[in-house]
Amino acid sequence: MDDKLTQFGQDVWWLVLAKVLLVFVFLVLMTLFAIWYERRVVARMQVRPGPNRVGPAGLLQSLADGLKLAFKEDIMPKMADKAVFFIAPVISTTCAFTAFAVIPFGPTVSVFGEKTPIQLTDVPVAVLLVLACSSMGIYGIVLGGWASGSTYPLLGGLRSSAQMISYEVAMGLSIVAVFMTAGTMSTSQIVDAQKDTQTLTLGGFDLTVPGWYAFLLIPSFLIYAIAAVGETNRAPFDLPEAESELVGGFHTEYSSLKFALFFLAEYINMVTVSGLATTLFLGGWRAPWPISLWDGANQGWWPLLWFTIKVLLLLFVFVWLRGTLPRLRYDQFMRFGWKVLIPLSLLWILTLAGIRVVQGSDLTVQARLAVVGGPILVALAIWMFWPDKRKAIEDPGVHGVDAAGRIGGTEGFPVPPLNLEVPVSPRAQRVLGERETVSTSKES
Amino acid sequence: MNGLVTLAAAAGEVKGGEAATFYLLAPIAVICAIGMVWARNAVHSALFLVVTMLCLGVFYVLQAGPFIGMVQIIVYTGAIMMLFLFVLMLVGRDASDSLIETLRGQRMTAVLLGLGFAGLVATGLYRALGNLDSVGLTQANSVHGGNVPGIAALLFTKYVFAFEVTSALLITAAVGAMILAHIEKRPDQKIAQPERMRARFAPDNYPGPKPGPGVFANSTSVATPAVLPDGTQSERSMSKILPQRELTAAEAAPKGTEHQ
Repeated sequence: MDDKLTQFGQDVWWLVLAKVLLVFVFLVLMTLFAIWYERRVVARMQVRPGPNRVGPAGLLQSLADGLKLAFKEDIMPKMADKAVFFIAPVISTTCAFTAFAVIPFGPTVSVFGEKTPIQLTDVPVAVLLVLACSSMGIYGIVLGGWASGSTYPLLGGLRSSAQMISYEVAMGLSIVAVFMTAGTMSTSQIVDAQKDTQTLTLGGFDLTVPGWYAFLLIPSFLIYAIAAVGETNRAPFDLPEAESELVGGFHTEYSSLKFALFFLAEYINMVTVSGLATTLFLGGWRAPWPISLWDGANQGWWPLLWFTIKVLLLLFVFVWLRGTLPRLRYDQFMRFGWKVLIPLSLLWILTLAGIRVVQGSDLTVQARLAVVGGPILVALAIWMFWPDKRKAIEDPGVHGVDAAGRIGGTEGFPVPPLNLEVPVSPRAQRVLGERETVSTSKES
Repeated sequence: MNGLVTLAAAAGEVKGGEAATFYLLAPIAVICAIGMVWARNAVHSALFLVVTMLCLGVFYVLQAGPFIGMVQIIVYTGAIMMLFLFVLMLVGRDASDSLIETLRGQRMTAVLLGLGFAGLVATGLYRALGNLDSVGLTQANSVHGGNVPGIAALLFTKYVFAFEVTSALLITAAVGAMILAHIEKRPDQKIAQPERMRARFAPDNYPGPKPGPGVFANSTSVATPAVLPDGTQSERSMSKILPQRELTAAEAAPKGTEHQ
């Protein structure tokens, strides 16, 4: 297994430098583009033009904004813990950049006679490295909130640490299914494992599906997608910076370049989770189906394009969510993470492990059916006979009105309670302002 | 990162990259460990500990244990220290330890004993392991086809009982902590969202936000109540902790400084 990994770590020094530069430039350009992209898409959804003044179609708007931020006054709050206040955005940004080091952009190419993969490096635990970077990145936000020495940032920092830790658990568990199927944690090998199309036999029909884990492991993909939105503090899970409750959240007191670093880190994190989703679930840099019929699609520099397109499509989903969904309430959000996402992940991992054990064993068809059907029957039985805690809705006792208070079945009209006392309209008590009467007759 | 792959695959003699990383990070780890003890502020102390743990994680990776290194960073620095920090932040940012000694000479004794203990451990370790060449790391990492499968094979065959017992212990501890921290509320004590909403719109309760002090008033002072559109003053706009300031007759009287 490690023989594929030996192609990493053999590059000459200038190639390593070039790759570092490539990753850095890719991320910065993606950030600048993503900000413009987000503003334009949200504007389109809200039927307004969006930024269209700076450069062609407003493309240079984020560059102008970045320059403007750099020239703004850097304010250090009086109550701030100076060293920590300074280092927090640096931690955030550094971790965001580091995580992208193990994301594969493409296959092995030849650069000035040197054969090298388009990926900075890969290790046997590459996906864990991304998780480690994101868990270190939380420190930036938490410390930024604490060091500001004021209430709203502290609350935002606390919220964000609780949120990111919870959702990282769900995210890690969703990735476990990928590890189990691919048999490796190295990103380049996970991309390789999704190379071949799979044939599913369902009741005599042969279905050919792409080897993408998004199809094979749909529950994992969905859980990852939800957890990724929570992990990146994006709407509808943007509670750490809920502007209606916490002003700006953890970065309320930040200004100038320090604020720009936080902003940069947020967008890079978005690109990173999108890149990781592409790598783990969407076949990585490999071309999607109609393009993959062309032989040259997965060779040379073309995969860089497919990878970028997939990442941009995922970024579109982030923007779409932001443009569509309202923000969740905090307790509902945490309950959803701990009581829904994490148990679902565990159950799915258990199911997947069971399926794989049954697949690997030489059992008869009856035995397989028993193994698969038994737990399902038990689960169904438990579900059927689980005592119902809900109280039965009282029958209003009126002819034609059902228990739910509707006329004409579930599709009918809701009827107000018939013993309702109609309150006096507040308008009835309003004192009417009266004008002084003005005579309309002309007087001499 | 580049040297790490080959290191993780084959850990034999100390190579350039490994040595450089070690000599770069070892002083940082030691300085931060000392800083953790010395820092007055509890949050700074925790941060120093974070850096030390991060360095330890990198050391594990250097010593051909990439999995344990990453898990160290994710679990210890990422989760456990974060929980520490979580509590420390709530304590308050200006809370520092008091530096009054309650035991006479305790600090000096502690420093001497600590140095002695460190000396003993260091000499012992150096004499035992100083000239030792690590053997079998490469083989341990390759026998099951990699570091991660190797750990998995050991955990789920040879040490499966210990592993399960430890996890049962941890789960018991977690459940116990939850039970200890849990406050049971009777159903009628719980205030759910519908009840809150009903209370908000009940008679005698104004559902909107309170007007800010000074709205439409002659002064923007927080002590000036807002003036409602009908001209009456809104008492709700004033904070309850602010003393209501009314001028006495003597204060309100002309002081003879006006122009006649």
